[in-house]
Amino acid sequence: MPSYVNPEKCDGCKGRDKTACMYICPNDLMTLDKEAMKGYNQEPEMCWECYSCVKICPQSAIEVRGYADFVPMGARVTPLRGTDSIIWAVKFRNGTVKRFRFPIRTKPEGSIRPYDGLNQPGDLRDIVLAGDREKLGAEIPVPAGK
Amino acid sequence: MANPEITQVECDILILGGGMSGCGAAFEAKYWAPDLKVVMVEKSAVERSGAVAQGLSAINLYMGLRYNDPSYSKTPEEFVRYVRNDMMGIARDDLLYDIARHVDTSVHMFEEWGLPIWKRPDGKYTREGPWQVMINGESYKPIVAEAAKTALGEGNLYERVAITNLIMDAEEENRVAGAIGFSTRENRIYVFKAKVVYMGAGGATAIFRPRSTGEGMGRTWFTVFNTGSGYAMMLEAGAEATQMEHRFVPTRFKDGYGPVGAWFLLFKSGATNAKGEDYLKTREAELQKFLPYGEAKPTPTPLRNHQMLLELLDGNGPIYMRTEEAIAKLAAGEGPERLKELESEAWEDFLDMTISQAMVWAAQNIEPDKAPSEIYPTEPYIMGSHSGCSGMWVSGPEDLAPPGYHWGYNRMTTVKGLFTAGDGAGASPHKFSSGSFTEGRLAAKAMVAFVRDNPNTTKLNGGAEELGQAVYKPLTNFEKGRGASTRPDVNPNYLLPNQALRRLQKLMDEYVAGTSTWYKTSETMLNRGLQLLEMFKEDLENLGAADLHGLLRCWELKHRTAVAEAHLRHIMFRQETRWPGYYYRTDYPQLDDTNWRCFVNSRVDPKTKKWDVFKKEYLQIVPD
Ligand SMILES: Cc1cc2nc3c(=O)[nH]c(=O)nc-3n(C[C@H](O)[C@H](O)[C@H](O)COP(=O)(O)OP(=O)(O)OC[C@H]3O[C@@H](n4cnc5c(N)ncnc54)[C@H](O)[C@@H]3O)c2cc1C
Ligand code: SF4
Ligand code: SF4
Repeated sequence: MPSYVNPEKCDGCKGRDKTACMYICPNDLMTLDKEAMKGYNQEPEMCWECYSCVKICPQSAIEVRGYADFVPMGARVTPLRGTDSIIWAVKFRNGTVKRFRFPIRTKPEGSIRPYDGLNQPGDLRDIVLAGDREKLGAEIPVPAGK
Repeated sequence: MANPEITQVECDILILGGGMSGCGAAFEAKYWAPDLKVVMVEKSAVERSGAVAQGLSAINLYMGLRYNDPSYSKTPEEFVRYVRNDMMGIARDDLLYDIARHVDTSVHMFEEWGLPIWKRPDGKYTREGPWQVMINGESYKPIVAEAAKTALGEGNLYERVAITNLIMDAEEENRVAGAIGFSTRENRIYVFKAKVVYMGAGGATAIFRPRSTGEGMGRTWFTVFNTGSGYAMMLEAGAEATQMEHRFVPTRFKDGYGPVGAWFLLFKSGATNAKGEDYLKTREAELQKFLPYGEAKPTPTPLRNHQMLLELLDGNGPIYMRTEEAIAKLAAGEGPERLKELESEAWEDFLDMTISQAMVWAAQNIEPDKAPSEIYPTEPYIMGSHSGCSGMWVSGPEDLAPPGYHWGYNRMTTVKGLFTAGDGAGASPHKFSSGSFTEGRLAAKAMVAFVRDNPNTTKLNGGAEELGQAVYKPLTNFEKGRGASTRPDVNPNYLLPNQALRRLQKLMDEYVAGTSTWYKTSETMLNRGLQLLEMFKEDLENLGAADLHGLLRCWELKHRTAVAEAHLRHIMFRQETRWPGYYYRTDYPQLDDTNWRCFVNSRVDPKTKKWDVFKKEYLQIVPD
């Protein structure tokens, strides 16, 4: 089942027209059972275990159960993704638990101004790309003899 | 689900696929031309789409030009030589050089946008190996996507729209005019018309039977949702392809396919056979059979695979990454703090980009400082931006490309107005995430120039209604055929996409050098495979889709099949074994530089659908 939904936690994203897990899954797997108002993975054997749905679910209702083909039972890998870091809990089959925290971004979401600090565009026909003059930190190399 | 609504969209620049290269293209296009209408179409959500959806733990191409420090910085010349050797002698020097000279700007911008990059005490980025820098890359794709979306501006992004075909111009031959696709969320067809089209739909997985065939089928190393759509659509449009015989067979941690780069390069781990022997050393003589590349440093990836395959076939497996030895060496003489740090770095490598591998380790009670871990070669993948060099034959930059490698606009395919980069552009591998983003930018600057030179609108060949019917055909097949059986999945009138996918995978695996034959094939096997593939293609006309999700799978399968055919035909044409460890022509087991140190290109005639496969000269611009 790679990703699966805990029915006790899922609230169907409160009946909004698109659920968070449906919005994000890169492989169009997460969908909503409209009668039960619960999300589910409609094609588990196409799941990459990318955890995009797990990370985005507002109810923390989605988990991953390792692929039945080759993963012994009993392990759990659970993320808690915040605004600037992510915390992972890795539970081993033998009960050992390891926790890790890693940064995910240094600037808040929504703060990117892609052209800030760039000069006006120069010559469309030369080799210079946006930002090369301001941010490359070197002359653009050309091969010897050119 | 018949009679879809039809939405028509007109723009100047149409970007298909919002992966790394598509995002680069959007950023660059709007910089040079804020006045032009730039539209992006993506089958999923750009925030988590394509090969970087899960995140990455390293940026695999960074030159460090700003330091001009030979112990840290790399030159474009060194990059070209390194890649050419890894490709066993053939790559497009001009394209590689072009990426290398711009890639640092992209990486510096990623950092400014908020991507955390590891730093050494002297402030330089921490290198993983000679070319790579380490990142905390869980949010790499959301960061790059935010920049691209902001650049595009409101209303110019169409998500959950899967593109099925390019549309050619009604009046000018060999000129692209737009694309058609469908919404995977509502009953709607989209027709896009543009002056120039960028194809950024990535590489191809799951055309071979994967090693895990049950629930774990989706755990391919290369992203299972990269379906070769770009190659398929560009081939159908008549664009010339190159090196479609090439493939990548990565050696990764077994089953979860976790990355090995940090272990080999950062932690300096070795790999051994079950007896503890370093097979790369004991099998050194084998490299002499593939000179001069066997002597290149580092040893090309396919040759290292080849050495490992020989070990496995000789019964010396399992092959182990000696993580416990590597950690012991690194932690020797250091306090427990350092051990903790190393442990965290090791787990982050998986958690940032292949979480499944962390699950496998936890489920098998593997702690890397205590026990070694199995590595194994995967099923083959067709790609152009990582260690594979398949893709389209594109124009090089005017100032670098040798004669014949340049036709007007950088990164334009042989179809007028159709551009590609990243996994889409062939013979220029090892560009990775940063290089793909950069190459998308190179293409976009040239696309803006193209639009300035060709300001007139195009005219779509074919009416929206009739084109839309073809897109929806699998839904119609299902509706019409379903009454013939009491079970929707066993029906004489149609094949469901998951059934047909397994047929393709079995065929490719058994005839075209998949894992079950240890990557071996021959002309006679390929000929038989082609006969069966022809029947398979006919049967694809009878694909049935019960809903829009099924329709998506049907089109992905059609695209995968086109890539499979190109792969088969190219392997058949190249009468040698250039990349042992990736695949073997048992009827031509030698590497043959005299006759085959060249590219293999192909083109499908859009009218007759006939394939033409031919040699293309390799022209060297960076000396050995
Ligand atoms: C497993 C793995 C590990 C990697 N590790 C690293 C690493 O450590 N460091 C590094 O620098 N690079 C790494 N790479 C390489 C990097 O991810 C790629 O080079 C890069 O993503 C290629 O960019 P692209 O735009 O060509 O394709 P992608 O980024 O894959 O984008 C393709 C896009 O096209 C969309 N699409 C596909 N079909 C359609 C369609 N029919 N209609 C509409 N949209 C469509 C997809 O949804 C996707 O958004 C790795 C790649 C893989 C697969
Ligand atoms: S995102 Fe979570 S809460 Fe919303 S539908 Fe999916 S599983 Fe349920
Ligand atoms: S883990 Fe990834 S591929 Fe699997 S359902 Fe969730 S988002 Fe989709």
